[in-house]
Amino acid sequence: MAEKILMKGNEAIAYGAIRCGADGYFGYPITPQSEVMETLMEQKPWETTGMVVLQAESETSSINMVYGGASTGKKVMTSSSSLGISLMAEGLSYLAGAELPCVVVNVMRGGPGLGTIQPSQADYFQAVKGGGHGDYKMIVLAPASAQDMYDYVGLGFDLAFKYRIPAMILSDGVIGQMMEKVEMGEMKPRRTAEQVKAECPWALTGKTPERDRNLITSLALDPNVQERVNIKLQAKYKEIQENEVRYATYLAEDAEYLFVAYGSMSRICEAAVDQAREAGYKVGLLRPITLFPFPEKQIKDMIPQLKGILTVEMSAGQMVEDVRLAVEGRIPVEFYGRMGGIIPSPDEVLDAFVKFFKK
Amino acid sequence: MDIKDIIKPENVVYSKTPVLSDAIMHYCPGCTHGVVHKVIAEVIEEMGIQDKTIGISPVGCAVFAYNYLNIDWEQAAHGRAPALATATKRLNPDKYVFTYQGDGDLASIGTAEVMHACNRGENIVIVFINNAIYGMTGGQMAPTTLLGQVTATTPYGRDAKLNGYPLKITELLAQLEGTCYVTRQSAQNPASVRKLKKAIRKAFENSMMEKGTSFVEVVGTCNSGWKMSPVKANKWMEENMFPFYPLGDMKDR
Repeated sequence: MAEKILMKGNEAIAYGAIRCGADGYFGYPITPQSEVMETLMEQKPWETTGMVVLQAESETSSINMVYGGASTGKKVMTSSSSLGISLMAEGLSYLAGAELPCVVVNVMRGGPGLGTIQPSQADYFQAVKGGGHGDYKMIVLAPASAQDMYDYVGLGFDLAFKYRIPAMILSDGVIGQMMEKVEMGEMKPRRTAEQVKAECPWALTGKTPERDRNLITSLALDPNVQERVNIKLQAKYKEIQENEVRYATYLAEDAEYLFVAYGSMSRICEAAVDQAREAGYKVGLLRPITLFPFPEKQIKDMIPQLKGILTVEMSAGQMVEDVRLAVEGRIPVEFYGRMGGIIPSPDEVLDAFVKFFKK
Repeated sequence: MDIKDIIKPENVVYSKTPVLSDAIMHYCPGCTHGVVHKVIAEVIEEMGIQDKTIGISPVGCAVFAYNYLNIDWEQAAHGRAPALATATKRLNPDKYVFTYQGDGDLASIGTAEVMHACNRGENIVIVFINNAIYGMTGGQMAPTTLLGQVTATTPYGRDAKLNGYPLKITELLAQLEGTCYVTRQSAQNPASVRKLKKAIRKAFENSMMEKGTSFVEVVGTCNSGWKMSPVKANKWMEENMFPFYPLGDMKDR
């Protein structure tokens, strides 16, 4: 069995990047995720794997460096927190429009505005519904542990390259700062120039006589062309919705009531499920791992056994809208959340459950 | 003598470089962009680096530069080309990487990106077209618009009190430790085009020598935006632009 090392979720992102064969990281310091770049700088991967690490002048620049690197078929990534991701919104739309693969980590903090450095899940809409302009989507992965942070970097790159789409790891300050044991997977070498050329025929590797010049752009002035681009993107998103849903359940088989929660909130809800079971309530948990694609069908399929759903988030209620869309009014869907960096306790979640369903 | 007797390979005095595509350029007659494109294409051909060059086009009139040079291209968000170039070059040090940007793109919305790429001494080439106006959007004030110059957003002439002063960004970038070659050229006659070509070739050569950033400004005309004939625009440029934006090398090391 591989060695387990105690580390912060943010550090796990850095190790996950180096060990999955990432080619480049471009970032800008922001709390609560600065340990990502600090760990990379300390590890100096450019001396071992050849991975490039660069501190950019802004988040705007970071995401555009990602665009430049991804254009050449390289595995590149950035990380930031909430307001930094807002600055990257333009770039994310460009990346989606130009169909470039990359990994973007958001270690969410409370907003709006400068907000707080305490954890939050208030960027769900931004990650899943857009954030930038135009009809686009990203694959959104929600880690619930330091181990997930490590694993999802590699998974994010795999999915991003499979579909030529940006993949976001939507984490939060709890997962980023919490120290847990992480089992590090096997070290994957960076791809060679030949492998990049073979795997990414679209990449900018230099125009040779054997092929036409490659172009990375999101521009199509002719609306007929732009509509075709959009139709192609939507077909891709549909394919992702059909094939890439990931979720986990806890004591859901015989559940009469379901908690739906992601990320750190799913960990807290797991404890709340245990408390509810002790109190004699048949409660289970569904944790979406992919927020896009959302496990809509999986929730729908559970409706016949359920009397109600409680969605719990560290927000004013964002993912709950997707739960309600899945349920289509067939059973009650209630919401409990705290905002502004407050983390609900399992007791609070159980109290909310009792208030909504048992009084 | 019949014309067929004249058109023979041994009589060729000029031929278009194959690096320049056959696409019909969208630029207005008299615009400087076409000439600068041709010069860059010729340098790429002469250096034999078509398969090693990655260009980055801006937002602005030159957004379609990728249609005219037969090389691999990235199309950047407005002002961000130096950030793209930074990562492109660092991840592909065997490639010649250049950005091609106008004054609005480089000296207004993209000031931070160009300043920091130059300050880090990225081994890239930046070609900066300064025609003192926003061309693509229909002739609005650029950061480099001269005082008194009439544009769509300075209909009474640029007034320092209202609009601030024209930005000599090239002089600023020459101050940075990271730049190795900073020059200001033009392309309005054969002599200036020859000088420009030498400057662009030097800039491309520098980018493989780990010397830092090479920055080539080209003072050009936008006769449509300036609402002048090409001939008059060239004269106006020589009389008004050159005194404020003097030509020549600012730094070469």
